[in-house]
Amino acid sequence: MDYETIIGLEVHAQLLTGSKMFCSCNANYTEAEPNSHVCPVCLGMPGVLPVINQKAVEYAMLSALALNCTVSEYTKFDRKNYNYPDLMKGYQISQYDFPIGKHGWLTIDINGNRKQVNITRVHLEEDVAKLHHEHHYSRVDVNRAGLPLMEIVSEPEISSPEEARDYLMKLHSILRYLGVSTCNMEDGSFRCDANISIRPIGCKELMAKVEVKNMNSFKAVYQALEYESRRQRKAVKEGEPIFQETRGWLDEKGETVSQRSKECADDYRYFPEPDLPPLIIDKTWIAKIKEKLPELPEARKNRFVAQYGLLLHDASVLTGSLKMADYFEECVKLAGKERAKAATTWILGDLSRLLNASGTGIGDTKVRPEHIADIIKLTGKNTISGPAAKTIIEETFHTGKSVDDIINDKDLRQVNDISEIQDLIKQAINDNPKAISDYRAGKEQALMFITGQVVKATSGRANPVAVKEILIEELGGK
Amino acid sequence: MKLSHEQVKHIARLARMGLSEAETEKFRSQVSAILDSFEVLNQVDTTDVPAATHSIPLQNIFREDEAHASYPQEEILANAPEREGSFFKVQSILE
Repeated sequence: MDYETIIGLEVHAQLLTGSKMFCSCNANYTEAEPNSHVCPVCLGMPGVLPVINQKAVEYAMLSALALNCTVSEYTKFDRKNYNYPDLMKGYQISQYDFPIGKHGWLTIDINGNRKQVNITRVHLEEDVAKLHHEHHYSRVDVNRAGLPLMEIVSEPEISSPEEARDYLMKLHSILRYLGVSTCNMEDGSFRCDANISIRPIGCKELMAKVEVKNMNSFKAVYQALEYESRRQRKAVKEGEPIFQETRGWLDEKGETVSQRSKECADDYRYFPEPDLPPLIIDKTWIAKIKEKLPELPEARKNRFVAQYGLLLHDASVLTGSLKMADYFEECVKLAGKERAKAATTWILGDLSRLLNASGTGIGDTKVRPEHIADIIKLTGKNTISGPAAKTIIEETFHTGKSVDDIINDKDLRQVNDISEIQDLIKQAINDNPKAISDYRAGKEQALMFITGQVVKATSGRANPVAVKEILIEELGGK
Repeated sequence: MKLSHEQVKHIARLARMGLSEAETEKFRSQVSAILDSFEVLNQVDTTDVPAATHSIPLQNIFREDEAHASYPQEEILANAPEREGSFFKVQSILE
């Protein structure tokens, strides 16, 4: 029997506010001393009064709009009750039946196959404290507790690990464009939980779903879901039951393991948060937030194709990251629109190779758009050769030196001047009588060989096209 | 409304409380009595009353996103039952 995979994703993104969700403690906790960004509100002391951070609400509204959601006219906060050492109050302030946004969607694209994945809801809640597990106890750092956290829940409409990865990358990219979150997966600013189940194709009933946690990269999400879909198929095949449970992904081992048994929604005993009055979001407010929507990745990709004549794939890669798209447009601004394709080649080729090999982000590299623009202009004018350009970008990558300085330091200026190379050509003709007679006998390759010899004699500075032209002339034409 | 023994055990588990059999029975009658008291409210006809989530007619109460100084670490940790350095120390819960 053939089975299909059904995946739903829950993403939690920390919002990039200055203060926490319900108190004015500093939200930038990554470098802070443990328990130094804590007050009675986020510590969950009795009798305190939380107050809603307006910016967090507006960031969630902006995200909901970007994800094609309906922004709720009426929304409120609720208490989700459970006991765990990372939860100071014994409940988490979250949203239950009236989330800020609902009924949205985003488009994924697997090898040109576009598919709309519906988004159930976008809601706001507070992050929990960070636990450091030791052998017999845990250490608790409350700095993270109370940070604004936005949860984005997809419908169970994702049908493969590839689709799940693309959904996440698209969502990640949109949130980065909006500037509402750092979306750093390693430090947990952008976290993903997945619900995954399988069922016989054609069957409408859902089977027991497994929640997978602890996936800290796009790759981990892909691998964990790949593993889990195989594990579940194997279990069914061998007649073993699949339990509804939470499983954690172990990156080093490449497998998921059973964690705690999950409480069900009833057990959370949600009820309206009495300390926080409800929010009424009117049309004027929504319109004001809508005005803040920037050009989103999908629109920018299409514009790159239309405006610069890029290939869809290249445009897609460039616009996948806000920084890379900005970088590209800066290069084009400096080098000219007609050189957009050359800029794409350099950014996606040599520059990306250097960035990936060293694990550097495009925002941190010493190679600035000015460098790329100079390199494109100079190769276009034949001032430097292709190989010389590669040398330059590598040198800039390490030192940040200007293109001009590197050309001068390394003497990389391409020699286009005939008189400078004529002597070398004459010498090459004298030194290679065999090649000359081969050429005269009709062997084209012999000419390439001699051209190569001349270029080599100039340490790569001679323009091969110019050399070849002069050679043909010297040898009395073809 | 009489709670079952299992329901009380379940509620205790959600609260991470270990109850003995005797305690479970004791709380079964006590919590059942509390629920019965609230049952009285069900006698009121609420057909035409809209659902209320809050008792005070307020809406859209916000604060500006401004960070202010938090409490000193020592004050935050003052009530910690146990601590290790600047951390609270708790029993690990890994089921």
